[in-house]
Amino acid sequence: MATDTTSTSLESAAQGVSVTGWEAFKNSWFYKFTLFPLGQIFGFILGVSVILTVLALLLAVVFPEPRENINLTQQIARQLPDMIIGGVSIGFVYAMIALGYTLVYGVLKFINFAHSEFFMVGSVVGFEVMQRIGAAGEGVLEAWNPILLIVALVLSGMVISGTLAVIVERVAYRPLRGAPRLVPLISAIGVSFLLIDVVRGFAAITRNDFNLTYPVSQVSFFQQRPEITLTPENAPLLQFWFTAANRDEIDIGLRMTSLIIIVAAILMLLILNWFVNGTKQGRGIRAVSQDMATAGLMGINANLMISLTFFLGGAFGGAAGVLYGLNVGTVTPFVGFIPGLTAFTAAVLGGIGNMTGALLGGLALGLIETFLNGILVYFPAFGQRYTPVFTFSVLILVLLFRPSGLLGAKVDEKV
Amino acid sequence: MQPVLEIQGLHTYYGHIHALKGIDVTVNKGEIVTLIGSNGAGKSTILRTISGIAKARQGSIRLDGKDITNKRPHEVTALGVAHVPEGRRIFPELSVRENLEIGAWNVNDPSLITQRMEQAFEFFPRIKERLFQKGGTLSGGEQQMLAISRALMSDPDILLLDEPSMGLAPVLVELIFEIIKRINAQGKTILLVEQNALMALEIASRGYVLQTGQIVLKDSAAALMVNDSVRKAYLGES
Ligand SMILES: Nc1ncnc2c1ncn2[C@@H]1O[C@H](COP(=O)(O)OP(=O)(O)OP(=O)(O)O)[C@@H](O)[C@H]1O
Ligand SMILES: [Mg+2]
Repeated sequence: MATDTTSTSLESAAQGVSVTGWEAFKNSWFYKFTLFPLGQIFGFILGVSVILTVLALLLAVVFPEPRENINLTQQIARQLPDMIIGGVSIGFVYAMIALGYTLVYGVLKFINFAHSEFFMVGSVVGFEVMQRIGAAGEGVLEAWNPILLIVALVLSGMVISGTLAVIVERVAYRPLRGAPRLVPLISAIGVSFLLIDVVRGFAAITRNDFNLTYPVSQVSFFQQRPEITLTPENAPLLQFWFTAANRDEIDIGLRMTSLIIIVAAILMLLILNWFVNGTKQGRGIRAVSQDMATAGLMGINANLMISLTFFLGGAFGGAAGVLYGLNVGTVTPFVGFIPGLTAFTAAVLGGIGNMTGALLGGLALGLIETFLNGILVYFPAFGQRYTPVFTFSVLILVLLFRPSGLLGAKVDEKV
Repeated sequence: MQPVLEIQGLHTYYGHIHALKGIDVTVNKGEIVTLIGSNGAGKSTILRTISGIAKARQGSIRLDGKDITNKRPHEVTALGVAHVPEGRRIFPELSVRENLEIGAWNVNDPSLITQRMEQAFEFFPRIKERLFQKGGTLSGGEQQMLAISRALMSDPDILLLDEPSMGLAPVLVELIFEIIKRINAQGKTILLVEQNALMALEIASRGYVLQTGQIVLKDSAAALMVNDSVRKAYLGES
């Protein structure tokens, strides 16, 4: 930020008194760009988890035994840690994709229906890079520092998807800027099909297979499963939980790849929040999104800011693709469709154009989906294949009853 | 007399609407020149064409002798034009301070930015009190003050002001015009569009009268103020 050196004197001058204590702390970089967004993320995860757990337990009251020998309360208590961790990790993937929809909507008031393909391309790039590193010889992947490997994969996904997004905007959207709203939308759908087909052709030619499996099994780090075991001794306050689960102890197992998603996503979201709300370029993006013509009068090259926005959105989609690929193991050229639509729902749920909304919408949908998956299996009439039905019912309900989303439409909120 | 801005034979269209039909306007260094005319005469369109928001179909615009016709808005701004648009157009979700910083987009020296902010606070102390408020929460008068301050952050060679008095209470209009005079006294060249012809002519050195996209009269401000047709049409005399 160009004016950081002057900020303290201006801030204290503005309030007429020297700012100290809490006020000064609230204006500090540390609070604005780390503590506050982190608190928001963890608070929200906690809140949604509690609500979903209560709803699940209510369901268990109504249907105590949905199947023979299945005690629903017991199952919920046993699966709870897995459901929350799984939901949070897929939720961050959705959130990172949703941010791309919301950023682009913020500046152009246009829904980039090709955005899910930036996610797909990222997941394929991550596969290609990892596969090529691994192909160099046995034990090569294992020899890499795992953190470095993750950074390399994520960065390559970000660079390629981000660049692709910039090119797509330049070629397929910018020439249509003045056209009626439906025209760029149709162009976006065309781009989406084109990208799927190009990647499909690429996979067919180079691999002769659409199923691209990350060689995660060659890296022992990714196979790790850090575990915490809760027992009545180390967690006496959780006795009610042991009782509900009808277990003497509870293992909380973390899949390493889920942990990677969570850590990487939080770091990246903090950086994005700082970039958009704390730097000059970010200020330019927000100005363009609020009033493009006036931003031009201030000397801002609106097209440059739009390209930058597409790069950010594409890069986040690409990073999400890589992290998702590492987690699920196998990706295809069609992998963008359902996560893309879910992330779009998340963006709409949070209020399209609102960055905080996209993050919270993504986390909420991830958790809802995982809870449904975990619980619906016990209901013979349902099963997991109905989960998308719930997700898209959410989309329809939001569009019908609260089209501006839960948090309204603002781009400059904290992530 | 050294012209800062020279407009020759300017034609601008909005689709099929022929909004400017051959406009010639010159603004010399250090002058306040005013454009007056009734609603829809094309006053804003002149400013918009200068700053590149509207496209000229014919004619030329020169800034300090350099052709700037149909350059893109950010390029025109970088060359030293600051345009305070009609209706202020404050960024509603940016803080007052961020609005000012956006005005200094092409300024890279932080000490220069601080210095210009201090200058703005001197003109409009009210702005300083509102520094961390969102732009959209300011009153109309405060927004006008901010819009002018924001434009000055780029230290322009010429300031284009589009109806700074619009919708303001008489005291505030007085204040704004007082500041415009002071800005001019500090050496800034100003092209002022106004509905409030009397006030504009009082502070301007010359004026142009615009009617349906054409200039029908140009003269010194003093002469325009006593001109019969101007008095009838724009100064509310019958
Ligand atoms: N975006 C636009 N699209 C089509 N026509 C426009 C547009 N903007 C202005 N016009 C037309 O161009 C003409 C000149 O408009 P302009 O805004 O320059 O007038 P003005 O002199 O500034 O009026 P006012 O005093 O009401 O602001 C008017 O007839 C107006 O209807
Ligand atoms: Mg006007």
